[in-house]
Amino acid sequence: MPSFWLQPSWADYPEQKLVQVAKVTKLETFLNSLEASQTPNDIQTLIESLRDSYGVSNAIYHAVNLDGAPYAALTYTPEWMDRYQEQQYVKVDPVVRGALQHFHPMDWKRLDWSGRGSREFLGEAVDAGVGNQGLSIPIRGPNGQFALFTINHDASDSSWAKFSAENKRDMMLISHYIHKQVVNIVCPEGDRETQSLSPRETDTLKYLSLGFSRGQIAEKLQISEHTLRVYIDSARHKLGALNTIHAVTTAFSRGLISF
Amino acid sequence: MIKYIYADALDAFPKLRDSMFKDRAHQFKTRLNWDVSVDENGFETDEYDAINPLYVIFELPDGSHGGSMRILPTTGDTMINDHFSHLTDGVKFSSPLIWECTRFCMSPNAGHLAGEVAASLMLAGVELGIQFGLDSCVGVFDARMVSIYRRIGWAPELLGTQGTGKEAISAGLWPIDAEAKAQICAKTGMDPALSESWFEASFPSTSLDDILVA
Repeated sequence: MPSFWLQPSWADYPEQKLVQVAKVTKLETFLNSLEASQTPNDIQTLIESLRDSYGVSNAIYHAVNLDGAPYAALTYTPEWMDRYQEQQYVKVDPVVRGALQHFHPMDWKRLDWSGRGSREFLGEAVDAGVGNQGLSIPIRGPNGQFALFTINHDASDSSWAKFSAENKRDMMLISHYIHKQVVNIVCPEGDRETQSLSPRETDTLKYLSLGFSRGQIAEKLQISEHTLRVYIDSARHKLGALNTIHAVTTAFSRGLISF
Repeated sequence: MIKYIYADALDAFPKLRDSMFKDRAHQFKTRLNWDVSVDENGFETDEYDAINPLYVIFELPDGSHGGSMRILPTTGDTMINDHFSHLTDGVKFSSPLIWECTRFCMSPNAGHLAGEVAASLMLAGVELGIQFGLDSCVGVFDARMVSIYRRIGWAPELLGTQGTGKEAISAGLWPIDAEAKAQICAKTGMDPALSESWFEASFPSTSLDDILVA
């Protein structure tokens, strides 16, 4: 398969957007390693490298129910996990309560810490190496799948606010994609819906493969670049692809697009 | 003022809750004649109200509903994916960065506040998106709302429309960013700090600085 059309079109990025490009690259780097992760051990390694690359104290992916069993990849100490179990902290942990009820990404600052039990719990957690600030993202999937992705860090309110503003989107995408990959690994026989691509999605992938820039494709399809991006994401999701290049190659290999 | 309330917390606001579902019946059944179901209490609800959506509600001074909309993540079940993909050329939205906004409803009792209600709901929507790091909002709405959205300064990109006149239903995509918020504030004269205060009131934060010292 020719590879020239897999080159990203740098013409899409005007110079003043270089800073943003750097951020995209960090996320893309992660997604590439995620794609290469094929075992639970790989996911554990990936969670550790995620913690390091974003410079936080901990990263945790925890699926409560995948094919009837729990699954976790995390950077906590075994002592803290034992302690959490033994004290049944799941009952006072406001992260758990919040995630069970709601779908929004939860900054720990906005959880209910009013109860004495929950505040003492956080104090003890911090002593055990858990960050005092955190972001937890609930993830739900078909067949009652429920998972939680968290990063936490030792930080003041103001420096955490800055970190969170810069990285929240990355974390939301990362949480979603880790979950998908874990489902692929843990339940390879799962009922993966094979959805057909819509004409717009097919056209989009075809133009991408031909090396057109996003701007040019949007013009051809008479839609905004913003909407085009959503179409690409939609196609990517249907194909189970972690990035655009993967989506294009998958569409080719399944015969969904051709020249 | 605006309140963000999850469905499972609505019971704490019975007047707001009941008047919202009645106003929805009035707007979608009586006025627009959409294919919606109204129960014996006169409440319009559907299956998406049962999966704990987040409501954005304008509360009138007397504590009743002035206007509202309903928010769901597109990673779960949504109205647009389940029932309106013919309006999007089959594109299904499923992204942690895209939420669905439906049942944009204005109360007939909003009176002289109607303009403020509509503008506040839009500002509250973009604020929610910014606070939660979203990229876009996708929605299904009465096609004639587009001119109102435009007047408020935040028009969606139309993905498709079905039907004509008052029964015309459109699907659209709104970009969420600081620019969208600035435009709404510029067009309506609303203070950008206002929506931050609504968000803070519904999702209050506490300092975790002191925990750090432990």
